[in-house]
Amino acid sequence: MTGGFADPSIQSAWGFRAAMMAMARPGDILKVSGAQAPAGVSVAASVLLLVLCDPETPVWLAPSHHSVALGRWIAFHTGAPVVDRRGDAVFALGAWDSLLPLTDFRIGTAEYPDRSATLIVEMETLRGQGAVLTGPGISEAAGLNLPEVAAFRANRALFPLGCDFFFTSRDRLAALPRSTVVTAPAEVI
Amino acid sequence: MSDYNFAYLDEQTKRMIRRAILKALAVPGYQVPFASREMPMPYGWGTGGVQVSAACLVPEDRLKVIDQGADDTTNAVSIRRFFERTAGVATTGRTRDATLIQTRHRIPEEPLTRDQILVYQVPIPEPLRFLEPRETETRKMHSLEEYGLVHVKLYEDIARHGQIATSYAYPVKVEGRYVMDPSPIPKFDNPKLESAAVQLFGAGREQRIYALPPHCKVVSLDFEDHPFVPSKADHACDLCGSDTSYLDEVIVDDAGGRMFVCSDTDYCEGRREAGHLGRLAASGPSAPGQEDAA
Ligand SMILES: [Zn+2]
Repeated sequence: MTGGFADPSIQSAWGFRAAMMAMARPGDILKVSGAQAPAGVSVAASVLLLVLCDPETPVWLAPSHHSVALGRWIAFHTGAPVVDRRGDAVFALGAWDSLLPLTDFRIGTAEYPDRSATLIVEMETLRGQGAVLTGPGISEAAGLNLPEVAAFRANRALFPLGCDFFFTSRDRLAALPRSTVVTAPAEVI
Repeated sequence: MSDYNFAYLDEQTKRMIRRAILKALAVPGYQVPFASREMPMPYGWGTGGVQVSAACLVPEDRLKVIDQGADDTTNAVSIRRFFERTAGVATTGRTRDATLIQTRHRIPEEPLTRDQILVYQVPIPEPLRFLEPRETETRKMHSLEEYGLVHVKLYEDIARHGQIATSYAYPVKVEGRYVMDPSPIPKFDNPKLESAAVQLFGAGREQRIYALPPHCKVVSLDFEDHPFVPSKADHACDLCGSDTSYLDEVIVDDAGGRMFVCSDTDYCEGRREAGHLGRLAASGPSAPGQEDAA
């Protein structure tokens, strides 16, 4: 089966470094390479799946990305089980509309807020403009073309609980941890 | 799967640690549990920091390892060699040249930049441990933001000593939410916890990872009538003359003669190379601050 890392140890290290820097600096857009899942999945989302998923991390595929070919690819390269319910997922992959409602994903518990889902949101493009991001990891403010604002504000209101997000398009990725405060562009002026 | 694992740990272990690091960054100051692995070095030698570094390193990194500010103690040298051997990374003593710095008990004097990662070796990650030994209870206290006991302990200091006597591992509050142990750095270093760099904390024996993203708000706990003071010895470095760096007091002869030298040896050498000289620069030893590790 094709599309996996040719050199998993090194390519996972590169992929994670990009994912970590993205999560540490919300809004930063980073480039990754080396993986290609089937069925229209971006290179960046493919890299994240290979870097982060294994038999301990159930994956939920949104209807936009639910295919036998992708399920097989994930099983072969990562061993992660593909699950039927959002609430069982440690990772989820899909287009934004197809991932909703967010309220069904795990948000962690008061004593273990880390036990929450990470969503990989496939996007047409990634741009450093749009919603305004402030909070940990951001010096003053950052911009990112988030698909909407309300859902991320509702997620932020749950802090320290909540989901965390990667956004992927072609070979680029960005991230939005639950700690980020999201403001619509017009509200800032 | 190949026999060769970049940076020693197997891929599944690195994945588990990497997932913990991402969650730690998403909830600054919160301690994420992880399944710590046996490392080819004893606990107390920074196995938590080593595992975090192993999960973060890429072949292009330049690694610096410091132990109480010095690059050449047995502990620092052995960790540096470990990663030279298992990850093939370049190493450096220069703070500004390093992309990843693993540290025990100090933050470098030179401000870190956005492309640097600082990995702390942490012996006891739980700031409430000395007040409440039960893990189930400290977890509950964090979840309810019940931090009154920490303040009580600091206030007892004031009642007993007239000031807050805690001078290492001075507790901080992160982004107004979690109280965090910054590892046994001197409280002088606490202001540097607000940094452009990514800061990761690894506790091997206690199996915890926590993090501070860049520019994270980190406040040292204090009281209105007893504000936090990041104090240090009231001297200048006897070698480089710096009066702003953290100093170690070193016995220099059998007659009890002593001198004060920068704990950050790279910082001190850099200043001397730039022509700054302290009180004893001519007569002092060439490599300061290095007690031979036993
Ligand atoms: Zn000095």
